[in-house]
Amino acid sequence: MNLELRKVAIRDICFDTENKIADGCLHVDPKALEELILEDSRVKAVSFDIARPGESVRIVPVKDVIEPRAKLEGGETFPGLFSEDMGEAGSGITYALSGCAVTTTGPIVGFQEGVIDMSGPCTEYTVYSQLNHLVMILEKQEYIDQHDHEVVVRLAGIKAAKYLATLAFDCREYETETYEWKAIGEKYAEYPQLPKVVYVYNCMAQGLLHDTYFYGRDAKVMVPTMITPLEVMDGALISGNCVSPGSKTTTWMHQNNAVIQELFERHGKEINFMGIVLNPLMTTLKEKFRDRMLTVRQVKMLGADGVLISQEGFGNPTTDLMIVCQELENAGIKTVIITNEDAGMDGMSESLPDSVQEANAIVSTGNSNATVMLPAMEKTIGNLKEVERVCGGNVTSIQEDGRLLLEIHGIMGSHNLQGNTKLGAITV
Amino acid sequence: MKKILFYTNQFFGQIGGEEFAYTEPFVEEGKRGNANAFAPAIQGGEIVATIVCGDNYFVENMETCKAFIKEQVERFAPDILIAGPAFNAGRFGIACCETCKFVQSTYGIPSITGLYWENPGVEMYKADCYIMEVGKSAATIRKAIPLITGFVNKLIAGEPLGTPKQEHYYPKGQRVNVFHEKNGAERAVDMLVKKLKGEPYETELEISVYEKVTPSAPLKDLTSAKIALCTTGGIVPMGNPDHMFAATAKFWKKYDLNGLSELPRGKFESVHAGYDPVYANENPNRVAPYSTLKILEKEGVIGEVYPYLLTTTGNSTSVADATRMGQEMAEDLLSAGVSGVILTST
Repeated sequence: MNLELRKVAIRDICFDTENKIADGCLHVDPKALEELILEDSRVKAVSFDIARPGESVRIVPVKDVIEPRAKLEGGETFPGLFSEDMGEAGSGITYALSGCAVTTTGPIVGFQEGVIDMSGPCTEYTVYSQLNHLVMILEKQEYIDQHDHEVVVRLAGIKAAKYLATLAFDCREYETETYEWKAIGEKYAEYPQLPKVVYVYNCMAQGLLHDTYFYGRDAKVMVPTMITPLEVMDGALISGNCVSPGSKTTTWMHQNNAVIQELFERHGKEINFMGIVLNPLMTTLKEKFRDRMLTVRQVKMLGADGVLISQEGFGNPTTDLMIVCQELENAGIKTVIITNEDAGMDGMSESLPDSVQEANAIVSTGNSNATVMLPAMEKTIGNLKEVERVCGGNVTSIQEDGRLLLEIHGIMGSHNLQGNTKLGAITV
Repeated sequence: MKKILFYTNQFFGQIGGEEFAYTEPFVEEGKRGNANAFAPAIQGGEIVATIVCGDNYFVENMETCKAFIKEQVERFAPDILIAGPAFNAGRFGIACCETCKFVQSTYGIPSITGLYWENPGVEMYKADCYIMEVGKSAATIRKAIPLITGFVNKLIAGEPLGTPKQEHYYPKGQRVNVFHEKNGAERAVDMLVKKLKGEPYETELEISVYEKVTPSAPLKDLTSAKIALCTTGGIVPMGNPDHMFAATAKFWKKYDLNGLSELPRGKFESVHAGYDPVYANENPNRVAPYSTLKILEKEGVIGEVYPYLLTTTGNSTSVADATRMGQEMAEDLLSAGVSGVILTST
């Protein structure tokens, strides 16, 4: 299987009367895009806004961040979402609009999601601050309940992203990345001298706003499964809008999974990247034990010497992280895990809600309880008041002078658990 | 020029040995005793005064001694305090650490001492001040001086401090966020490659060993028991009047349910951000099953239901906050004569 990823750099977004990409600027005709989104009769109204890096703009509450990607040949991106039938993703030619995102906002139920600031200290915490955002503000029809509301928002974002990326087919300037993915035996034979590494890819599967979709199907009804990194790049995995802003895996983070990128970087040099096991993080202990068994079995079938486990969410998912790590270590497979910490606002608490002694190689993406004071922004896209109900925010978050005191939890992607952040924590 | 206050004991202050351990605290302007050995290595700072106190006097008269130290801090307005170092000396170690803790916590003045790792003062005070890793006895003073003054010089110059390991002080146990040069994925693969090669690597988080909570013995007789309902499911009165957090809650609430046979629909809701709340919002008894307890009470299965809901949000709550809230809830329940608790989580 071969995938050619053509990355077209988007340096700006503007509204226009036609949709096109010219000189690195994504021109968007909001009327045309509105028509596209209103094809779904469950949408009552939709509007768009633009947020650029460096601007005094805050987007809140953010639901999902999606990189526009579309296929010139070899099937479709985001397969299984808009049709009954689907082909395997991960081969052919895919265009990606790098440097930009379709970002959905708006309340769905009770609690809300996080903050992205386009300037100020927030930009250090999240890669999203470096992107040009086409923000979609969507209003549902009254008769749509909360579960369907999430579906509508999720599909609308993906639909817009998939459409906008097709504009890149005319672009002459792009960077090309090529990836190949061979059968297990071939991969094994290719670098027999290198340690075989498998990536265990944890994803949330716990209910409304705590879900992941694989080929458009709910991860709650799947078992741990071997997948290819190439299909992940093509949008086979999308976010179900998980509500923990700092630790959620947005669709953008799936598409640009930092662990996959790094494993490809070292493949054939220091390691032999053998495969991925996608592990849904379920709610009951019985399911956690079953998924541990199935995950570890597939890791062994892939012949792993070493495993890297990435995470999503915190709390009960920490149990999945720990028990899989324990089982792998006990099977003699060297394991490294990525997690964030909840060490309390003062950093003096134990960091994790569950632990095993075998977890002796941990990368920390920071203490999510630590606070940061964000300056007031000139413009808010969405609703600032929702900050009071996000993870990491509360009624005292909005200061009189408009500044925002947040636990870094509240910043989208602040401690991304595929390691797409430079944030970490040390003991002093 | 930064001002440094120095603290030492009767021995290093050159009063005398054990027979002078009851020397009352006194202060001398400038350097005295072992302060003289530190002074030449300090850059951009000057030891403005030296406090000397007998070790026995200090540990037996701590409040008097702290009052004395308070006077000196206010008189000399130091920027930094150096105490000891006390090596493996028990009483002197306590005196140094208490002095550092007092000055650091009261005035925010960086306070540094040095102890041998076995000195009990390390465990007792490492969270309160900088305790440098020094040798067992005064014979190692030649190593201790550059270590302590090097650290002090960094503080004076306002240079960024390295990790406890780099600076050789005992970690305070506080997790502090930093930005690394590499992202988490790069660091994770680096670590994995080292681990696979059998090379030394350093985990970024040491696993804690948690206290295992042993469940209480079962109640012998439910028919005479008073049962309370607690939840970490974020169930609160509709509208969330007390602003319970969606995550990382720092407090819990007690809501009066007297006269109710259930949590009435539409009167309670979930504010918890960690699960799908739609079903709990439809019927809050699904998460906090007060209705079931009341039925069991009516049927005589349980003696009495405590007519309150103790609730918080258990979502990304730190272990320290959770432990404290649990203790506070237990106090409330014990004082109300509750004999058993149903604690629901989500």
